[in-house]
Amino acid sequence: MTTSRPPTSPAETDPGDPFLSVRDLGVRFSTEDGVVRAVDGLSFELRRGQTLGIVGESGSGKSVTMLTVLGLHEPRTTEVTGQIRLDGQELVGAGERTLQRLRGNTMAMIFQDPLTSLSPYHTVGRQIAEPYIKHTGASRRQARARAIEMLDKVGIPRAGTRVDDYPHQFSGGMRQRAVIAMALVCNPDLLIADEPTTALDVTVQAQILDLLADLQQEFGSAIVLITHDLGVVADVADDLLVMYAGRAVERGPAAEVLRSPQHPYTWGLLESVPRLTGDVDQPLAPIPGAPPSLLDPPPGCPFHPRCAHRQRVPGDACATERPELPVGRGAACHLSLEQRRTHVIEHRQPGLG
Amino acid sequence: MGNEPTTGAALPADSAAADADAPLGGGGSPGEPLLEVRGLVKHFPIHGGFPIRRRMGAVRAVDGVDLSIAAGTSFGLVGESGCGKSTTGRLVTRLLEPTGGSIHYRGTDITHASRRELAPIRSQIQMIFQDPYSSLNPRQTVGTIVGGPMEINGINPPGGRERRVRELLETVGLSPEHYNRFPHEFSGGQRQRIGVARALALDPRLIVADEPVSALDVSIQAQVVNLLQRLQRELGIAFLFIAHDLAVVRHFSQRVAVMYLGKIVEVADRDALYRRPRHPYTHALLSAVPQADALADAEHPRRERIRLAGDVPSPIDPPSGCRFRTRCWKAEELCARQEPPLVVRDGSDPNHLTACHFPEPPTTLGRDVILDPALAAAEGVTGPGTGPGPGAEAAPDATRKAR
Repeated sequence: MTTSRPPTSPAETDPGDPFLSVRDLGVRFSTEDGVVRAVDGLSFELRRGQTLGIVGESGSGKSVTMLTVLGLHEPRTTEVTGQIRLDGQELVGAGERTLQRLRGNTMAMIFQDPLTSLSPYHTVGRQIAEPYIKHTGASRRQARARAIEMLDKVGIPRAGTRVDDYPHQFSGGMRQRAVIAMALVCNPDLLIADEPTTALDVTVQAQILDLLADLQQEFGSAIVLITHDLGVVADVADDLLVMYAGRAVERGPAAEVLRSPQHPYTWGLLESVPRLTGDVDQPLAPIPGAPPSLLDPPPGCPFHPRCAHRQRVPGDACATERPELPVGRGAACHLSLEQRRTHVIEHRQPGLG
Repeated sequence: MGNEPTTGAALPADSAAADADAPLGGGGSPGEPLLEVRGLVKHFPIHGGFPIRRRMGAVRAVDGVDLSIAAGTSFGLVGESGCGKSTTGRLVTRLLEPTGGSIHYRGTDITHASRRELAPIRSQIQMIFQDPYSSLNPRQTVGTIVGGPMEINGINPPGGRERRVRELLETVGLSPEHYNRFPHEFSGGQRQRIGVARALALDPRLIVADEPVSALDVSIQAQVVNLLQRLQRELGIAFLFIAHDLAVVRHFSQRVAVMYLGKIVEVADRDALYRRPRHPYTHALLSAVPQADALADAEHPRRERIRLAGDVPSPIDPPSGCRFRTRCWKAEELCARQEPPLVVRDGSDPNHLTACHFPEPPTTLGRDVILDPALAAAEGVTGPGTGPGPGAEAAPDATRKAR
């Protein structure tokens, strides 16, 4: 990976090795209260031009995982184990200089809150140009032209004048567009979007999600989309990873996971969310209890204290034995495939087809 | 909700006085209007200038809102941030002083009532706030927080306040032993339950719930929604349910109003609003909601896809005529000249009111309208407004990504 690259041709999909490969990733933080196992044994792969949705509630480890990929964790208190390979290059234990060369260039991140991820002291144009100058060695004039081009691409009207505005002069939706322009300015091969639309209104969210998908088609980037909203995933993701208490509990192609989910936690997520269609007289089916503390995660399956299907598993396997997540499509659960299939058929939501 | 026209029916502002008697017959007991709001206005003045500070203008946060809530029912108020839905909630509870219009609670005019006049009514209108962290005093125990309203109002229930508080905690699904704990010992969902218990302490008839679940995790949201729904049914409390999440509002409310820039643009019974919306903005909002079951196939025709351009205009200087016209694909010269009244349009249900000169066909399926310039450019759609109008189900699907 060289530091300066010409704009890539769209979607050079490589059917061979995955572009991003995470194997058995573990992230532990030392805190005053003890060791927090934020991520535990997580593996996934992502190819160029594909979108991976990572779904989970707060504290499920989804953001920590991606911060670790970018090397943005605090090295003194964080212990990272496992492998993270980006285009064949190992990132766990990589030096700060290597990471700096990759960040903003090969891999870029869009954060949740567009206001705090922009500096109030610098113009939007300057903030977009900064990584471009750093990674390509372009002149200020070239970088400014590039910033205008990017602002135009993400749909900021009159980009030529708005480039000199400060973030507070932009509305929420425009700020998020500016942040996207900043992330895309060096044509990154990997784009990590952490709840990119959570702070936005629905009509703006829809614009931003569609824009991300369109830009992906144009640039051929791989996108990791972190969200708590299964609807967002249904709209844009190719593959889906469901996380709970620092572990992946289910994965597979997004459409398949949403159509025939296999893990009780995924069932819970889907059944607890009200829909625009569907029966309103039926009370929602919430997941009882609350997510566990990662200081002391429950033994066995991390979901077992909240799981309504625990009794259907013979013995106390759920509380003692940690279920494996199969490679490819599957769920980390002790229920038999037959039991899961029956549940899906019985609880099929109208419209889930 | 059947055909009770009084159930949260709203009249157009200008005709409210004139034909207040026309379609509003007296319904049955659940149809008795508990809260009547007419032409409610709230302008926040903006001061500035040097050296003499003077009034520069006003944020027209709420600009002529009519609504009525029947006893024991839930009225949903949806809209994007800045549309004035929270301000409306605060006006109704009289936490803010209205600039104009009127608020009647059970026939009593409380628009400009003094603190003393309000005191007995305040106990009947309670509020649940969005943020379960900042709405509970961290220095007070749960017992003090939930018992607070009773103490302020000097109410001594039989068996004592503490017993009543413990009952309330049980009602909202907490343990009575939590009486002496502090808010920080609870999770977000449990804190919101404490807030609900506090709102219930005075046996209110109306609860204004302002985004009560939006700060909670997905799996916890359903617990709180179910709790509120149970309370509504069992205790017969009316709700003004304010939220930006259209699916949650649909689940909770029998009648729903959509707000845009300080005005209600459409109000109807739940099914009519969600299945047969007429206002272009309602169409845009509904089509923007991401749905986990949005994977279209042969049996389930795909929902329409409308992408507006830009953001909501400033409420300091809202557009003339129809406020949505600057983002609307159907806007014509008339829309800029004349403000559309909130009335029943041809083809709508009798208590389905729409403020639009050119209402949409009552369906949510089919076509694409892409107004966002960046999206239109990226998808190769020529120009804004490609919606072919009614009968769009057969429209070519060129802009849809293959999936």
